[in-house]
Amino acid sequence: MIVAVASGKGGTGKTTVSASLASVWDKGVTAVDLDVEEPNLHLFLKPEISGSAPANLETPVADESLCNLCRACSHFCQYKAITVMGKILMIFPEMCHGCGGCIAGCPQKALSAGSRELGEILWGKSGKIDFLMGRLRVGEAMSPPLMRLVKSRLSEMITVHPTDAIIDCPPGVSCPAINSVMDADVIVLVTEPTPFGFYDFKLAIEAFAPLEKPMGAVINRAGVGENSVYGFCAEKGIPILAEIPYDRAVAEAYSKGLVVAEASERMKTTFLGLAEKIRGLAGGKGAFRA
Amino acid sequence: MPEIVILSGKGGTGKTSLTAAFAHLAKNKVLCDLDVDAPDLHLILKPENLETGEFFSGNEAIINQNLCTGCGICRDMCRYGAVSVTNGVFGINPIKCEGCKVCVHFCPAGAVDFPQRHCGQWRVSETRFGAMVHAQLFPGSENSGKLVTLLKRKSKELAKAKGRELIICDGAPGIGCPVISSLSGANLAVAVTEPTPSGRHDLLRVMDLCRHFRLPMGVIVNKWDINGEETALVEDLCAARGVRILGRLPHDPAVTGAMVQGLAVTEFDPAGFGRLVKDVFNEVMDLAGVKQSV
Repeated sequence: MIVAVASGKGGTGKTTVSASLASVWDKGVTAVDLDVEEPNLHLFLKPEISGSAPANLETPVADESLCNLCRACSHFCQYKAITVMGKILMIFPEMCHGCGGCIAGCPQKALSAGSRELGEILWGKSGKIDFLMGRLRVGEAMSPPLMRLVKSRLSEMITVHPTDAIIDCPPGVSCPAINSVMDADVIVLVTEPTPFGFYDFKLAIEAFAPLEKPMGAVINRAGVGENSVYGFCAEKGIPILAEIPYDRAVAEAYSKGLVVAEASERMKTTFLGLAEKIRGLAGGKGAFRA
Repeated sequence: MPEIVILSGKGGTGKTSLTAAFAHLAKNKVLCDLDVDAPDLHLILKPENLETGEFFSGNEAIINQNLCTGCGICRDMCRYGAVSVTNGVFGINPIKCEGCKVCVHFCPAGAVDFPQRHCGQWRVSETRFGAMVHAQLFPGSENSGKLVTLLKRKSKELAKAKGRELIICDGAPGIGCPVISSLSGANLAVAVTEPTPSGRHDLLRVMDLCRHFRLPMGVIVNKWDINGEETALVEDLCAARGVRILGRLPHDPAVTGAMVQGLAVTEFDPAGFGRLVKDVFNEVMDLAGVKQSV
């Protein structure tokens, strides 16, 4: 089973929930950080990293002796990554999405595959938890291709050594967020009962509902703000899987880099309950399918 | 004209609450919400919409079933795994399609259509704090830096036309495409961080990003009293990098209280937390070289 822990708004507690769930999960589990722009899960799980690999995207390289400046590539490229200026073919690798179309379509066979570094993929272990993360290179704009590479590494890992997976997703409701929940069996949306949290929660439901996956909500910092999210969940049939009360002790545990499920018995019980409800949701009990 | 972008790296550190307060305090400015993915500034500013435009970004491939011969070339060439076959019928998953045109170009039957992708709307509005430029991507759309760039251009045009001296932008979390677009042409990045390992880790990456683009930056430590030791680490980090600390703000329920009322925190609690925000605002204006203080 793959569990995606997502949210619309940032800072609602995705990483807190992901780390705590992994910590109480009673079967083999791989904790995956797909928030490659700002990965934080390792700060809490503190894994021993056993391996890493550079993550590259295929980008074109020109052989000028073969190029006759026909512009087939620059006319084709949808991302303005190739242009002809005067008598020079210019390639902007940072604009390239790696579709391979220019290389396949060059009549002179003047383009070949080079690469651009997107970032890196790291893996290891945190106690009994398998760990995997991607980290985008600072200055690199495109996170989805790196996320695809992390996900294919995850498939390899769980094919060789089958475990469940808990994915800490990036915030938002656009392409990186959709990419990260797309292959999950269950989506857990972490929200906070504030106007910002509620607004972004509704956006997330709207964005993820077309995927037709079971979804449930975790209300973090319960007791702050206002309670519109409860009525909304009841109306839409979105089960509330857990509530984490607003508690300065939780905030302080987090600020010390602790896994909150390990910081108190009460929190551990909360997350054990959440894990069980997620399994129920995956089994179709109370599944929300819009 | 100075353009200030409020950033954080990590989400939920208080970017939008502080931007709303700065919107209240600043004079003679245009406001802009560059978090087009999950925008929240409008919840406080309650904009009255004056102008709306449609945002199109790129194209998407759609297979015309009447022409498709099922040869499979599109599936073999797609680098994004967007082409799938169900019961012998080829289809393209719009979520996975990046609009690269490979399938369109190489389909021997000419069976792939390539319409423009309608991704969202941009808006120019009026608020009680002045003009505001904002947008909403349709949930699930491509979070295009292009929309961020469009909003920045609109803000500049508006500021010029109205003779405004300053643009204040609420940014997005992260360091990827939309954030990079938000930094282009800006004069100052103000990073709002919190004293947690995540806050510090993400701040460091934002610092690297600003350095990469040679953009001056300042840092606000929000909720500093959650962990005084972490706050000291953040401030040491800034000192070591020559980044100015614009102020510390304590954790205060007034921030959520203001949000629930739909007010800027400086409207909601002007004498308490709001007073501290004013001091921070004055520091921001000073660093931006804008002659305003409150």
